[in-house]
Order: sequence, then structure tokens, then C-alpha cells
Amino acid sequence: MTYIRKFARLPWLALLIPLAACKAEVLAPAGDVAARQRDLLVISTLLMLLIIVPVMVLTVVFARRYRERNKDADYRPDWDHSTKLEFVIWGAPLLIIITLGALTWVGTHLLDPYRPLDRISADRPLTEEHRPLPVQVVAMDWKWLFIYPEQGIASVNEMAVPVDRPVEFTLTSTSVMNAFYIPAMAGMIYAMPGMETKLNGVFNHPGEYKGIASHYSGHGFSGMHFKAHATDEAGFDAWIEKARASGGTLDRPRYLELEAPSENVPPMSFAEVDPHLFQRIVNMCVEPGKICMAEMMALDAQGGTGLAGTMNMTRLTYDKDQRRGTRAPVLGWEPFQVASFCTPEDSALMFGKSPELARAPVDMTPMRGHALTPPKGPFTPSQDNAVTLLDPAADRARNF
Amino acid sequence: MATFSNETTFLLGRLNWDAIPKEPIVWATFVVVAIGGIAALAALTKYRLWGWLWREWFTSVDHKKIGIMYIVLALIMFVRGFADAIMMRLQQVWAFGGSEGYLNSHHYDQIFTAHGVIMIFFVAMPFITGLMNYVVPLQIGARDVSFPFLNNFSFWMTVGGAVITMASLFLGEFAQTGWLAFPPLSGIGYSPWVGVDYYIWGLQVAGVGTTLSGINLLVTILKMRAPGMTMMRMPIFTWTSFCANILIVASFPVLTMTLILLTLDRYVGTNFFTNDLGGNPMMYINLIWIWGHPEVYILILPLFGVFSEVTSTFSGKRLFGYSSMVYATVCITVLSYLVWLHHFFTMGSGASVNSFFGITTMIISIPTGAKLFNWLFTMYRGRIRYELPMMWTIAFMLTFVIGGMTGVLLAVPPADFVLHNSLFLIAHFHNVIIGGVLFGLFAAINFWWPKAFGFKLDVFWGKVSFWFWVVGFWAAFMPLYILGLMGVTRRLRVFDDPDLRIWFAIAAFGAVLIACGIAAMFVQFGVSILRRDRPEYRDVSGDPWDGRTLEWATSSPPPAYNFAFNPISHGLDTWWEMKQQGATRPTGGYMPIHMPKNTGTGVILAALATVCGMALVWYVWWLAALSFLGIIAVSIAHTFNYNRDYYIPVSEIEATEDARTRQLAQGV
Repeated sequence: MTYIRKFARLPWLALLIPLAACKAEVLAPAGDVAARQRDLLVISTLLMLLIIVPVMVLTVVFARRYRERNKDADYRPDWDHSTKLEFVIWGAPLLIIITLGALTWVGTHLLDPYRPLDRISADRPLTEEHRPLPVQVVAMDWKWLFIYPEQGIASVNEMAVPVDRPVEFTLTSTSVMNAFYIPAMAGMIYAMPGMETKLNGVFNHPGEYKGIASHYSGHGFSGMHFKAHATDEAGFDAWIEKARASGGTLDRPRYLELEAPSENVPPMSFAEVDPHLFQRIVNMCVEPGKICMAEMMALDAQGGTGLAGTMNMTRLTYDKDQRRGTRAPVLGWEPFQVASFCTPEDSALMFGKSPELARAPVDMTPMRGHALTPPKGPFTPSQDNAVTLLDPAADRARNF
Repeated sequence: MATFSNETTFLLGRLNWDAIPKEPIVWATFVVVAIGGIAALAALTKYRLWGWLWREWFTSVDHKKIGIMYIVLALIMFVRGFADAIMMRLQQVWAFGGSEGYLNSHHYDQIFTAHGVIMIFFVAMPFITGLMNYVVPLQIGARDVSFPFLNNFSFWMTVGGAVITMASLFLGEFAQTGWLAFPPLSGIGYSPWVGVDYYIWGLQVAGVGTTLSGINLLVTILKMRAPGMTMMRMPIFTWTSFCANILIVASFPVLTMTLILLTLDRYVGTNFFTNDLGGNPMMYINLIWIWGHPEVYILILPLFGVFSEVTSTFSGKRLFGYSSMVYATVCITVLSYLVWLHHFFTMGSGASVNSFFGITTMIISIPTGAKLFNWLFTMYRGRIRYELPMMWTIAFMLTFVIGGMTGVLLAVPPADFVLHNSLFLIAHFHNVIIGGVLFGLFAAINFWWPKAFGFKLDVFWGKVSFWFWVVGFWAAFMPLYILGLMGVTRRLRVFDDPDLRIWFAIAAFGAVLIACGIAAMFVQFGVSILRRDRPEYRDVSGDPWDGRTLEWATSSPPPAYNFAFNPISHGLDTWWEMKQQGATRPTGGYMPIHMPKNTGTGVILAALATVCGMALVWYVWWLAALSFLGIIAVSIAHTFNYNRDYYIPVSEIEATEDARTRQLAQGV
């Protein structure tokens, strides 16, 4: 993207200074990703102005020149076609769109939020020492939770990252959709319940930046913002130490307390955090007794557990309706629960002898599927096909 | 925060005293609306207008009267939607420096949801439907639409949806979800009370009307054109209406189905869009935008037609590149189905998917750009008369290009990643909807008002309204572009950063200017009605602007049967050609005209549907069942009504046409 770099140095950037002065973070960001997004924004605008400005000028000129009182102007009431003009009319926008389309294709791929960074800033390539910092982000009602898996700490409504170190955010949400956005750092990405999204970014200048929720999520939405500190390594370590010194452990019970809706939450931190917490949040199984989605999908991939699956309904219902004091569907849950089975034998089996439910799946072959470990073959080493993704040995869980 | 209870009783469902809102603002509004309503009802009773209203308007199947009623509905709802807008502007300029403003989140969140829903579904849609209803049959030389009763029924269903939506103001609450009600927030778990149910049933009842009116106009355009009027001789407004109605028929069922699935999630506990048990909220967002993006073009396409008619008429020139315009319209129609994902690039689709939808979106700007150039070259070598419709058209051209540019900008995914959901986006779509749709509607009102009522609108107040609107629009929305670039998200209620306040203050000032523009528009209507008999206002010719298409061939206002004889089209701009060739108006040899009869069934069916919707909102199951059965019964009974048409006798036609002959003789 050398041409973008060249473009970025051009004097027209001076035009943006007045806007930058009014804290237009989108136009004057502090991180390389946002800066490249800004460049694309500016280039696209200039490209389009190539056609917008002539149109606006022509509108004014024609509107003035062909006014009724100006009898000197040419008047040809039946002139309604010109192949040459039609050619220009369709051709000129087409050319602009072809250029813009090419730029879009390249830019979209280069700036895909899932793509690991390939440089720290315009003049510094990524080297071995720039190991990305993983940060797990959870959008809650109505605050942001940040988990630092490598440091083993967590914080609410406040985060810190070292300058010039790539940050790899992994995001999810506890309840409704939201979007995570630090305008000065990189673009936004949705955080969605039961799903995981990713965002790669970097800060190039130290400072305190605003982080916001940029997707309406309910009553406490306005107060759902956080401070993002970009500091040097020492400052980052000090911030981590401060969190460690704060005491408090974010385990599953504490998380369930934290998850209750609250507004305008002041920053807080936790010295310790359950290492599997994030994966449990994504898989919606923080509450005791719930089946993790990944496990359920793995069971289903093996053909499910047959009739036993029907009895798992309540263990699969993880929406937070009850805890939020809201309620079941109008007709209640009853019509949707299994009341009986086709044969008396099945009923007896299901309702009578519950230990039988624990039977293992019939199909014992290794699980297959996207991102699952491949089955053992003659040339592959043997691998453990654990059903659960909460494997303590794994640093970060497998992505189902 | 409102208190609510979902305990139900048999008789009233979950309706109880808690349903009455506690906010003083709502109370004050209620008092004003109640006083106004009682005054209106009293006036109607005093002047004995009920019978007249019922016979001449409510039960009318005349496309012209239904068109006017649609526009009256749109204007009433516009006042409500604008009141919401100005309340938001006030809150956003107030809530700085630790202040919470004057609206709590429960109230504020309802306001921005209601503003979006009302402006799109109950202002813009009825406005364009009314316009198409009034103008299209006249332009194609038809006497009515294909299904006149259906037309009346569609209108009343739209009114029913509006009534349900308005009822939420005084009884219960409206949705607090944003205007598209994304789950899981709109699911029963996070929106447990009646707000989202009001949203669903309001839109479902109105949606039936919109879909049916789309079918009606589509069939009308296909089957009822005057002899000789081939597709490529259709006036351009009819063409754009045709495409808009194709979009309505093809996309509104998607909305209906999506809302049905959400209803099932909320009412019977299915899991289409829930977080758990295999539900997928992303599916809802895809589905709703598969409707939502074509909806944008449903709104703008007919207005592109209006601008074409206005430019051509007031430039005194044939439309430049008619066939190019038609193909551009068709291109936009098809492409509008291939772009929906650009509303959520940031949901995490891959780069290839995002680029595909980004580029398809940009491609739409090519036919749109071609249209703009065609208007430009229609003005080129013309003799432009700056009447009000033409002023609105110039304002549109200068405003809309900016909105189009920011739209293409948002279609570049990396740019969208920094601007999505920001006030930049808000500024963009108000830029195209106000600058395109609303300016177009104002052009259309000023253009066709003399046709509908027989007198022109006042120019002075029209200009006052125009300048307040145009300046107000720029003042209200340009600051939002800047705020978007400062990283300010939409739908925020309170702010910390004091630097933002000045921009919100300018935007609020712009909104006040727009309020003056709206007031001036109503003054313009009032003044023109009072002065309608003055010669400079009266339109005796039926062709006040030296028009080009068939609607100007008949009298203003047109007789119930529109044309005494079916006009015959020999080319584009039929009426212009007739004038050029000095065609004379036939004054004899009339035949009886076969016309549809008025019926009250539409009103009754829509009233039952409204009751059914309200009952479903409040879980009054017996009433819902009863009113639904009522709908079925009345529909069946209506099929046995064979007394549904009549002939206008020759004597009556003669009387009407002779009156016009005398009028024309006086006028010239």
C-alpha cells in the first residue's frame, strides 16, 4: 500500500487540520489500522468529488443560464437525445466506480479486522518481537469486561495496552448485540452473544482514548463507555500490577453477579480470573449445570444422544430471562417440554431410569468437522478427541 | 423506569392501571391531543359533516380521494414524527456536563424508535402511496385503479397500523429497540412488556395495506394503460412507480414473514432469533435488511419520477434520455436486492463477502448518477421557470449528491468500520431521505395540488417554507457529519465530552428552522385555501404548468370518471403532443361510464384488524379471536355484495363536461 503512504503525506491533509482540531478522532487517529481506514475514507471522498463537484457546478450554471428570463440562451424543446452525452453520463461514473471498486476490494482484504496485522505503522514492519497481546472483551449490560488471559487479570470499563504492540481482541457478549469501538485505534466490530468475533489493532501514540459501545443495546447504553490507555511497556506493566494488587477474583459466581444489568459502572479490576471464563461465556455455560454449546454441537455431530437429548431442554436454555426477572413465553414452557414418548417403553426408560441417560453416544468414531482435530490416520499422530473444549491443557480453546 | 406487570386477567389480558404512562410529558401531550381531538369531533358534529365524511371520503373507492386521504394521514403522522425529532435534539443538547437531560432512558429510547418507525412507515410510505394513487391512474388515462375496493381497504389498514402505533403513546409503551427491532434485544427476554408487540402489530396491520396497494398499482399500470400507451410510452413517474411497486410486492412479504417469526419467538416460545436452542439473531438482521434495502428504493424511486416530470415540465422540454432513465430505474430495482449486507459490514462477514456487497452498492450509484445527469441535460437548452416544484428540484439536486457521496463512502467497508452506527450514518440517510424523498414530496405537492383541488398554492409562503427547510436541513445535519467523524454513536442519551455540545446546538437550531418550515407549509395550505377563488390562484384550464402528461388533459379537480373519453396515446408526453397538434376536446357523443360503488367494508375490516392487533398486544385472547373471526365473516359477507357498480348516466356527464367547457371559455 505504498501509494496510500504517499497519499498520506500529501499537503491536502492540511485541509483536514481544522476538523482534526475539533477532536475528529476518525480523521486523526492514533493507531495504524484506523489511519489506513481514514486514508481510504479520504481517497474515496476525493475520487467521488471528481464527479460530484462538476455535477454541482453544472447544476448551478445550467439553473442560472437557462432561466426563463435569459432569452439569449439556446432553447431547443425537442432535443432529448445525444449518444455521445449518454456515453459520458454512464461512462464517467462507471470509471470512478471501477477505480473505487478496486480500491475497495484491496482495502477490505488488507483491513479485514480478522487479519493479523502486517505492520506496526506506515514505516515499521512487524517483527518477531511484536507478539500480539490477546485481550478478551465481553459486552455486558451495560459495561465492558476485559480479560487479559496472559496476565491473568480482568478489568471493567478500563483497558490498557502497550504502544506499538499489536492487540488481538476476541469479543463476545452476554445478552444482546453490541459493537466494540475505539475510534482512535481501529474500526468497530460487533460483539454478539454465543458467538466470537475478532479485531486486530495497534496504538502508535500514547494517550488516553475513548472506547464506546456503538450498537444500541438497551437502557444503559449511553453510559457504556470505557477508557483505553495506550502506554509504554513500563506503564502497561504498572497497570497490570495495579490490577493484581486490587485483589478480587473473577470466578464464575462473581461473573454471574457482575452480569446483572447495571449502568454507568466505574472502572474496577480483578487480580485473578477463571482461565476458562471467556470460553464459558461464548459457549453460554457460565451458570452451573448448563451444557456448553460446543459440547452440544459435538454431541449433535455424533448423532446426538437420541431420546436423552429431549430431556436436556432445560439444561440448554441459557437465556437470562429468569435472572433478569422477566418471564417465559405467553403460553409458558409447558407446551414445549416433553410430556411423554411414543412408546411406553421409551417413557419408562426416560422418566423412570434416569441413570440410563448417561449412556455414551452410540457412534464412537472420532469427531469430524471444521476445526476439530482430524481423525487418526496412518500418517497422523494419535490425538485426544476430547468432547469438551474446556481442555485445561489448551491455553486458548479451540475454535469450533 | 416504567413499572409493568405481565399478570393477565381473562377480560383485559395484561391491561391494567399500570399501563397508563407516568411521565408528565406524555400527560401534557395527551391533554393537548384530547382537547384537539374533542374540538375536531365537536366541529364535525356541529357542522353535520359526519355523513358527508363517511359517504364522500371514508367509504370512497375513488383513487383520487384515497390518494388525498393517504397524504392527509402522512401529514398528521409527520407532525408526530417531527415532534419526536425535536425532543431528541433538545435532549441531546441538554444532557451535557453531568445533566441527565429531561428524558429518562425508558422514554428517550421509545422516542428514537418511534421517530424511525413513524417517519418510514407512516409518513414516507403513505405519502408516496397517496401520490402514486392520485397521479398514476390519471397519467395512464385510466378511470380508477384495477381493484378500487382493495385500494380503500389498503388505505384503512395503513390507518389501522398508525392507530395502533399512536395508541402506544398513551397506553403502555412503544418499543425501545431502534426502528428495526433487532433481536435478542427485541426478544421476550429483553423486551418483556408491550413495546415490541405494539411495533409488531402496528407494522403487520399496515403491512397488509402496503402489500395490497402495491399489487393493486402494479396491476393497474400493467393492465389499465390508455390505448396506444406502450411500456416505453409511459410517463416517467409511472415507470418509477411501477418499479417501486414491484419492489413493494417482492419485499414486503419478507418483512411480514420476519415479523411473524419474531412474533412466534415472543408469543409461543420458538427459537428463531433467540440466543439459545439454535436461534440466530444474525438471521433476523439479514432478513429485515433484505426488506429494508429495497424499502429505501421504494421510497426514492417514485420521487425520481417526480423530479423528472418537474424538470421536464418547467424546462419546457422533453426529458433528456427517456430510455436511459427507464433502464437506470430498472437497474436500480434489480440491484437494490443485491446490497443488503452493507448495513452490517461490521458483523464479521469475511473480507470477500464485504467487498462483494460494497461493490454492488457502489454500482447502484452509476444508474443514479446517470439520472442526475439526465436531469441536468433536461435543463440544458431549456427555458426554466422557477415555480416552487422546480425550486425543490434544484435544492434536491444540490443536496442529494452530497448524501449520495457519503452513501458510497459508507459502502467502502474499511470506511464503514469507522463510521458505522455513528452520527455520520444518521446524517447520510437523512441527507438522502430529506434531500431526496421529502424534497421530492414537497415538489410533488406544489406540482399536483392545483390538479387535485383546482387552485394553486401560495407562492410567498411556499418560498418561506422552502428556505426554512433547505437552510434548516443543512444546519441540522451537517453538524451530524462532523460529530460522526468525531466518533459519536447514534442513539446516545447523555454525553460527557463538552466539546461536542456546540455541534448539537447547531443541529438543534437547524431543527427549529425546519419546524418553522413545517409551520410555513401549513400556513401556505391555509392561505391558499382561503384565497382559492382569487383569479391568480384558481386553475380553470386544468393545465396550470403547461404540462406534458395526461393528468393535465382533464379538469382540475378531475371529475369522478377522470376522462369522459379514453384518451389515446401516440407517443411519449401524450398531452404535450395533443397540444402541439391542436387536438380539440370532444364535447358530445358521451356514453354512460361504468364505475365502482362506494363501500364501507374496507373501514369495517380495518377497524376489526386494529382491534385484533390491540387485543394481541395486550393478550386479550377472547377479543383477538372474536375480531379475527369478524374479519373472516365480513370478508365472506362482502363477496355476496353484488351491488358494487353503477353507470354514470350521460346526462350527468354532459352537465359536468358542459360546465368545464364554459369554464375553459372564461379562462382563456
